[in-house]
Amino acid sequence: MTDLLTRRAVVAGMGVLGLGLLAGCNPARGLDFKYGKNMSNEILGRKFKLKDTQGNERSLSSFYGSMPMIFFGFTQCPAVCPTALARAVQIRNMLKGRDRELFQVVFITLDPERDTPEVLDAYVKAFDPSFTALTGTPEEIDAVAREFKVFYEKVPAGDTYTISHSSTSYVYDTRGTLRLSLGHSLNAKECTEDLLTLMEIC
Amino acid sequence: MSMQPIKRALAAVALCGLALPALAQTTVSDAWVRASVPQQQATGAFMTLTASSDSKLVSVASPVAKTVQVHEMTMKGDVMGMREVKSVDLPAGKPVTLDPNGYHVMLIGLGQQVKEGDHVPLTLTIEDAKGAKETVQVEAEVRALTAGAGHDHAHQH
Repeated sequence: MTDLLTRRAVVAGMGVLGLGLLAGCNPARGLDFKYGKNMSNEILGRKFKLKDTQGNERSLSSFYGSMPMIFFGFTQCPAVCPTALARAVQIRNMLKGRDRELFQVVFITLDPERDTPEVLDAYVKAFDPSFTALTGTPEEIDAVAREFKVFYEKVPAGDTYTISHSSTSYVYDTRGTLRLSLGHSLNAKECTEDLLTLMEIC
Repeated sequence: MSMQPIKRALAAVALCGLALPALAQTTVSDAWVRASVPQQQATGAFMTLTASSDSKLVSVASPVAKTVQVHEMTMKGDVMGMREVKSVDLPAGKPVTLDPNGYHVMLIGLGQQVKEGDHVPLTLTIEDAKGAKETVQVEAEVRALTAGAGHDHAHQH
């Protein structure tokens, strides 16, 4: 309730435009996504606290004012992770001006033991310098994965291991409300169309 | 099957003599390795293999990595499954692509960063249906970490 009041106060402060935005973002109206899934009624990832590659603590509120697209992976992943990051680069390139500024890619490692902050930082920034990577202790990562209902498991491979994991990307609006999930099979153009739908009204 | 009596294979080899290994030949095209960032411990290698007779890829070695494995990626719903496989079937005359969306080679325990533009030597061991082994040397070109993973190619080109 307090949250709601605060939000209303903020929106009121923003004036008519702000009220229009709030109405537009009302999940009851339904966001009409063509490819992804409307997640407005799901609550995922509200409470995570992880560290970025510089060691700063980050939570969902750290990304208020931007539209974070959060997904999970590991740098030794040969397939889904580089594909998802490359797709994110293409999406970012298709977005223009303010929309591009709003779009914030957040990569959370599922392999904190091997993905040191240095490796993670170099990895995501090789795709785009604006991308952020988050890590934590194995216990913290485990808790965050559970919070996002992300499945992952270590798979033994010889004297080492690989990781199987969920590949969906989650997009939040500028106030930290989950809005959209984008499956791995969607291409950059399809993702961008849905992101623009979200950006138009939120 | 791997249960095939070794004796029979040996007899076949003996009968056919030296001509047999020359008959079973595998060509490799478009071999590439995804660049790594400093300290990254593993990366993938990809290529297209075409065997002249029914064969299988049984192992890969490379001086750049302590361990080389063949992995298979599968999508089940939203979950990307990854596992090690012992071999990859190469049916006669049919190009088999090792790409980020299926079977691929994992170079694990990298001695140093693999940089775009470098070439990585790979030694592939291929076994034909009679159990005769052939090794193929490949120089795989290192492409950018961000190089297309095949998926978007299928979608957009």
